[in-house]
Amino acid sequence: MDKLSGIAVSPGVAIAEAVVLDAEELRIPRRIVPPEEVATEIERLDRGIADSIAGLESQRTSVRNSLGANAADVFNWHIGVLNDAGQRREIAELIKERFYSAAYATSTVMRKQQRRFLSMTDPLLAERIRDVQDIERRLLRNLLGASGEDMAHLTREIILVAHDLSTSQTALLPETKVAGVALDVGGPTSHTAILLRSWGHPAVVGLNEFTGMVSGGDTVIVDAVHHVVIANPDEEVLEQYRVRQASYVRLTDELGSLRDLPAVTQDDVTIQLMANIEYPREAEASVRKGADGVGLYRTEFLFLREVEPDEDEQYAAYAAAIRGAGGRPVTIRTFDLGADKVTQKKSLEQERNPMLGVRSIRFSLQHLGMFKIQLRAILRASPEGGGVRLMFPLISSLIELRQAKMTLRDAMEDLEEEGITFCPDIEVGMMMETPAAATQCRQFAREVSFVSIGTNDLIQYMLAADRGNERVSRYYSAAHPAVLRTIRDIIRTCGREGVQCSLCGEMAGEPMYTLLLIGLGLRTFSMAPNNIPEIKKLIRSCTAAKAERVARRALTFDTDQQVVNYLRLETLKLLPVDLI
Amino acid sequence: MVSEVIEKGPGTHVSGSIEQVAREVTITHRQGFHTRPVMKFVDMAQRFVAEISVVSLTREEEAVDGKSAMELMLLGATQGTRLRISAVGPDAAGAVDALVELVRTCFDLDE
Repeated sequence: MDKLSGIAVSPGVAIAEAVVLDAEELRIPRRIVPPEEVATEIERLDRGIADSIAGLESQRTSVRNSLGANAADVFNWHIGVLNDAGQRREIAELIKERFYSAAYATSTVMRKQQRRFLSMTDPLLAERIRDVQDIERRLLRNLLGASGEDMAHLTREIILVAHDLSTSQTALLPETKVAGVALDVGGPTSHTAILLRSWGHPAVVGLNEFTGMVSGGDTVIVDAVHHVVIANPDEEVLEQYRVRQASYVRLTDELGSLRDLPAVTQDDVTIQLMANIEYPREAEASVRKGADGVGLYRTEFLFLREVEPDEDEQYAAYAAAIRGAGGRPVTIRTFDLGADKVTQKKSLEQERNPMLGVRSIRFSLQHLGMFKIQLRAILRASPEGGGVRLMFPLISSLIELRQAKMTLRDAMEDLEEEGITFCPDIEVGMMMETPAAATQCRQFAREVSFVSIGTNDLIQYMLAADRGNERVSRYYSAAHPAVLRTIRDIIRTCGREGVQCSLCGEMAGEPMYTLLLIGLGLRTFSMAPNNIPEIKKLIRSCTAAKAERVARRALTFDTDQQVVNYLRLETLKLLPVDLI
Repeated sequence: MVSEVIEKGPGTHVSGSIEQVAREVTITHRQGFHTRPVMKFVDMAQRFVAEISVVSLTREEEAVDGKSAMELMLLGATQGTRLRISAVGPDAAGAVDALVELVRTCFDLDE
C-alpha cells in the first residue's frame, strides 16, 4: 500500500482500477517492484506481448483485405519482434534480477535497441527505429492499460494516473468512464485542474512521483477531500474508503436539494452565484446546479485545437451557451490565449517568459483579424438571450482597454453595414487581474460597465509566483494580506463608482473565502458549477454582519498562514467537516 | 557466389546426432536484411531444432540468434554483406543449407 499527499483540485472520493497514461510519448517512470510481485510482472509481460500480437494480427488481416498482402507484410516484422524469445528473455531477466516493473524493463530493453538503430549508417535500416518505437508503444500500452484514444471506449470505471494531462486530453474526459484522476504535476489553478473541477472528476494533482508507484490494473483510491491518493490499499483501508465514498455521495445529494433555494444570508443579503464555463453545453448544466447565470465563459477552449474556429463556428458556440443559460446573464470573455500551442505557433520566436509575454488581450490586439472575427461572432450571438456581456482579459493599461473597445466599435460598424443584427448596447467589462489595473481601478471603472476580479492571475502577478509550478505553490496564496487588501480596494472602488464587481478566480469557489468575500462587500461570485451548492449552503447559514466582522479581523493579520488558520476555523463552524 | 566452409567440430561425430555446421554467403538482395528478408529468414530458421547463429563478417560483431527478428535486424546487414551462418543441433546441416539457399536466392522475394 502506497499513500501520497497532493493538492485536491476537484472534490470527491473515487475508488477504481488504475490506467496509467503518459502524456509525454510514454516516458516510463523507473519503477521497482517488491520481490513477491515479480511473478505478477512476468505474467503481465506475457499477457502484454500476447495482447500486442493479437492486436497486430487483426490489423494485419484488415490491411490485407483492404490493401493486399504486400501492404500487410509490414506487420510481420513487428509480430516477429514480439514473438522473439530472446528479447522476451532479456526483459524477463530485468524483472527477475533487478525487480523492474514489466513496463520499465520493456522500455529499458527497447530503448537500447533504438539507440543501436540510431548508429546505423544505412538509412533504410536506421529508419527501423520508428518501427521499434511503434512496437514499444504498443507493448507499453498493453502493459499500462488503455491508451488515450482507447479511453473513449472504456467499459468500466477507472482512475486515470498520469504525469500530466494536456488540455485536449482533459477535454476528452467527460465522454469517458474516468472516475478519478491523479497527476504528478500541476497546481490548483492550472487549466487542467479547472476542467477537472468543471467535469466533477475527483482529482488530486502535484503528487510528484505517483506514476512510479502504480501499474495499470492496480486499485487506486483518490481522496480529493483529504488531498491523498492510495495505491493498492489493503482490505481494511478499502472498506473504510467505501464508507467515506458513500457518505460523500449522501452529502452532495443533500447539497443538490438546495438547488432551487436562493443564495441569501440569514440577514437577507442576496448573493449572485454565477458559473465559470469552458464549453457551451456547460451553461445548461450550470443552471441545473443552481447558477444564476454564466459569470465567465472562457472562450479560449474553442481555440485549443489544430484548426482555428471560423466566425460561424464561434457564433454557434456562443449562441448555444447563451441559449443554454435560458435568459440568464452570460458574460463572454474574449480569448485568453497565452503560452500555448496557438500563440507559440504564431509567434516568431519562443518567448523566454510567456506569462509576461504576448498573451491574452495583448495577443488579441496583435492579431486583430482573429480578434475581430471573435467580436463579430459574439455580437451576432448577443440577441440570443437576456443580458449578454462582453469582457476583455488581462487589461493592464487604459490605452489597451481603449484599443480593445475601438476594435469592438469597428466590428459593430461592419455588422451594421452588412445589415446583421446585434445588441448595440451590449455591456462591456474587463478582468481586474493585473496589479496595474487594480491600482488604477478608479480610472478603469469609469470606462467599463463591470469588472470581474481574476484572482488566479492577480495573485500570481502580485506575488511573483507561477500558479502552475508546484515548487513555488507555497508562495501562491489567495490569503496573502497584500492580495486581500487589493481585493478589498477593488470592491470598494467599484462600489463608489457604481460599477458592478464580481470575482471569478478559483477563490470564489473555495468555502474558506466565502465569509471573507461577503464581508468585503462582494455580491457576485463566479465559480466552477460544481462548487455552487456548497457555497450556497455556506451563504444560507451565515449572516452578512458576521461576515463583515470576519473580514475586518482577517485583514488585521500579518501573514497568509494566520489568515488561513482563522478563516478555516470560522468556516468550520458553519460547514460539515467533510467538505473542507 | 557461395563459398562453403563446412566445419565439423571436434565433438560432432562422437555424439552422433549433434552436428555443428557453418557456411558463408553474401547478401545480394538490394534491400539487405530488411524487414521482409529478416522475417523470411526467421520463419525458415524456426523450422529447425538446431540453434542457429549469424555473424556479419563485414562488421565483425558478435554473432546473433538466427531465430530473432530483432537481432537479425540489428546486424545491420546491407547488400554485399558477407554472413557466416552456423548451426548446432541434430538438423544443423539441413538448417544451414536451407538458410544459405534462402539468402542466395534473394529470400524468394521479387526485387
